[in-house]
Amino acid sequence: MLEVRLFATLRQGREKVYHLDAAGFPDGTAVLDHLHIPKEEVAIFLRNGFHRPTDTALADGDIVAIFPPTGGG
Amino acid sequence: MEERYLRNLGPLTEAEQALLASKTVFLAGLGGLGGHLLEHMLRLGVGAIVTADGDRFTPSNLNRQLLATEDAMGQPKAQAAAERAAAVNPSVRVTVVSTPLTARNRDALLAGCDLALDGLDNLEARRILAAGCDRAGIPLVHGGIRDWCAQVAVIPPGSGLLDRIYPPHLSELSPSGTVSPVPAWCAAVQAAQALCLLCGRPAPLWGKLLAADLLYGEQEILPL
Repeated sequence: MLEVRLFATLRQGREKVYHLDAAGFPDGTAVLDHLHIPKEEVAIFLRNGFHRPTDTALADGDIVAIFPPTGGG
Repeated sequence: MEERYLRNLGPLTEAEQALLASKTVFLAGLGGLGGHLLEHMLRLGVGAIVTADGDRFTPSNLNRQLLATEDAMGQPKAQAAAERAAAVNPSVRVTVVSTPLTARNRDALLAGCDLALDGLDNLEARRILAAGCDRAGIPLVHGGIRDWCAQVAVIPPGSGLLDRIYPPHLSELSPSGTVSPVPAWCAAVQAAQALCLLCGRPAPLWGKLLAADLLYGEQEILPL
């Protein structure tokens, strides 16, 4: 199982946390596609607390955290 | 010690208060974050503030920008900053520049500054500011807001950590709304980080990002 945690505006129209069958999501791109999150809406992608590119490979038990760009002032 | 700073004592020592008076901060942007950041720096009693913003106030600024008032509509934000500084703490030497931060003017603006405060609203200017801080060898106290959310990080010079927050694949962001408590909260956290740095204390968010969601009352601190 993968745990996917969404933050900030990525929660709009989505859940805060998803639990996904890892077998169907070999990498981060598959997760983004499943949740309809455009790559331009991903600023920080963490796999088990470490910064990774969005196409990083995922494995059963991973925890993914995704943050959008927050750039207003 | 001036009476105006007496209630700073406790959180600060007399020596730290005196140290603040020897410090110069650069404040980039005088909008939602910048207005609050200016206020904090004035009331803390830094020695000098250099600030740049090329915008003028419009009615859409009134929902969240501390310097935006009915009387200030159409005025340069830099002018409002100078007037606020004179009204709150005229002992702070304030240099206002009514043009935006650019790669051409940043080195001159940052010269002699001890740190930079990010009150900007776009990625291009943030990248220019971060590069300038690297060249000047000073930390950047980053802040960003969007919707109900805010983030703060202290970026060490030469670390390249702004790219962790805004990866190079990100192009410019479309303008988004926010509400008044969000810039106020964000600027307060930025100002506290800056205060630590200016007093020679460790800044808790050095090399880290605090991401807050005020709608849910949640905060996360991430390594960068």
